[in-house]
Amino acid sequence: MTRRNRTLAVRTAQYAVLLIVVLVFALAADWGELRRAFFDIEVAKEQFPDVVTTALVNTVVYTVLGFTFGLALGLLLALMRLSQVLAYRWLAVAYIEFFRGVPALLVFISLGFGVPLAFQVSINQYVTVMLALGLVGAAYMAETIRAGIQAVPRGQTEAARSLGMSPARAMASIVIPQAFRIVLPPLANELILLTKDSSLVYLLGLSMDQYELAKFGRDALNQHRSLTPILIAGLFYLAITLPLGHLVRRLEARTAKAR
Amino acid sequence: MSEASDTNNTSAMKGTNKTNGTSGDRAAAIEVRGLRKSFGELEVLRGIDITVRRGEVVCVIGPSGSGKSTLLRCVNLLEEPTSGTVRVAGSEVTDPEVDIDRVRRRIGMVFQAFNLFPHLTALGNLTIAQRRVLGRGKTEAEEVARRNLRRVGLTEKEASYPAQLSGGQQQRVAIARALSMGPDLMLFDEPTSALDPELVGDVLAVMRGLADDGMTMLVVTHEMSFAREVADRVIFMDDGIVVEEGSPDQVVGDPQHARTRAFLSRVLDPAAAEVLEGEPPPGPQPEGGHQEKRGHQEVPKQQPR
Repeated sequence: MTRRNRTLAVRTAQYAVLLIVVLVFALAADWGELRRAFFDIEVAKEQFPDVVTTALVNTVVYTVLGFTFGLALGLLLALMRLSQVLAYRWLAVAYIEFFRGVPALLVFISLGFGVPLAFQVSINQYVTVMLALGLVGAAYMAETIRAGIQAVPRGQTEAARSLGMSPARAMASIVIPQAFRIVLPPLANELILLTKDSSLVYLLGLSMDQYELAKFGRDALNQHRSLTPILIAGLFYLAITLPLGHLVRRLEARTAKAR
Repeated sequence: MSEASDTNNTSAMKGTNKTNGTSGDRAAAIEVRGLRKSFGELEVLRGIDITVRRGEVVCVIGPSGSGKSTLLRCVNLLEEPTSGTVRVAGSEVTDPEVDIDRVRRRIGMVFQAFNLFPHLTALGNLTIAQRRVLGRGKTEAEEVARRNLRRVGLTEKEASYPAQLSGGQQQRVAIARALSMGPDLMLFDEPTSALDPELVGDVLAVMRGLADDGMTMLVVTHEMSFAREVADRVIFMDDGIVVEEGSPDQVVGDPQHARTRAFLSRVLDPAAAEVLEGEPPPGPQPEGGHQEKRGHQEVPKQQPR
């Protein structure tokens, strides 16, 4: 068999396997049931406009709140991680290891029940959401930002110091701005993960007007006994995450070009 | 003994005063005494004593690994000396009580790799420290910056980012950045070593202009023609000590030590230099017929404007 013929045979076999798998699933599935479950037009219509005005908006708001707080805390942790003070380094490492090591689900439950217990005051629900998402996101972002700071060439700090800048000034004016440009792609990636993690905030105990996409979909699922709301919620997540993913790839391409 | 009389003695002894210096302006800009620096087990500087007077241009030459750059970096404390003292413009930078950030404002430094801030335009590179360190307003800082960009011939590049500039242009912006702080003296750490040969001339021309304006300069360089033509004094270092020191004609033209002669014959003969690049410091080499020709072989790589 010539090499050319062999390539052709292998390629044909690959397509054949794919076709068979698709056919098996297509024939085995009950399409009528699937359509009733996932593509119920009546149920779909009922989701609007609340799915956008409440659920989508809340998902975006929660994510942005969590990301902002997480970014600030992540930067602080990254600086602590690089501090000369041993205690700061330890604290930062302990925090990062802990929050990266436990499921976000547990953090959310702990916050949802623990905070009201610990502080006998009712905290604004948005603040709790911001804390929950931010605390988890910060652990990941801290490591990203630390890597970014360390990726800024030493000569940059030396140049800044030789101009009379203090270590703190050199860090703030010269190193951190460059570090953020380096870590922009992984940070955008973190934003995608956080968007999906925002589906866990229902664990904090939300009222109906505070539902985000996932909780909103599940609520409608129970109400209508139809999976259509879940499909719709999924599509809205994609409407957020796909453009972000595209942004990440563009940022990465830009970084690669600048090198 | 007071500092003034100390330095007067030194300058009288050496007798290499710069011609354009005004009388009485002979105070030491840089005084290095008994400087030692180790990196772990490796002792890079093994007792250095040098003085640079105000308005003087001093070139430090020597093979790779001889400690030239470390010496320069000890002057503004980018490297912490292991022992010895460094005084710059009357401040003892090695004294832990001294606010080094304050002293560094008066010491311009130019790096081999330029080290421009890539996230800022040329103008931004020149203004950021003026504003953040000296507290100058935007208008004043930009005015000073533009004046210094003109001085290095890059007025039209003020809005360019470093990545958009050639190496030579970047280094000139870096010089302008240091000048914008209004320094008393300038340190140059192999400022042309990272440049393509055809770009070296513009940078050297700027440095020549600075020297003509009476700037105090300590220059670590491999450009022998520059050292010869511009320096008031040349210091040859090898293996962490000052081997030979004197006027360019003495050190480059008529070196007394075998180590100096060996080094010069290599750098002035491009073929030999290429072969030996990256080699450890050379031992003494036998003298050949090179000596006669040496002066003529030292052809500038470029024609400075």
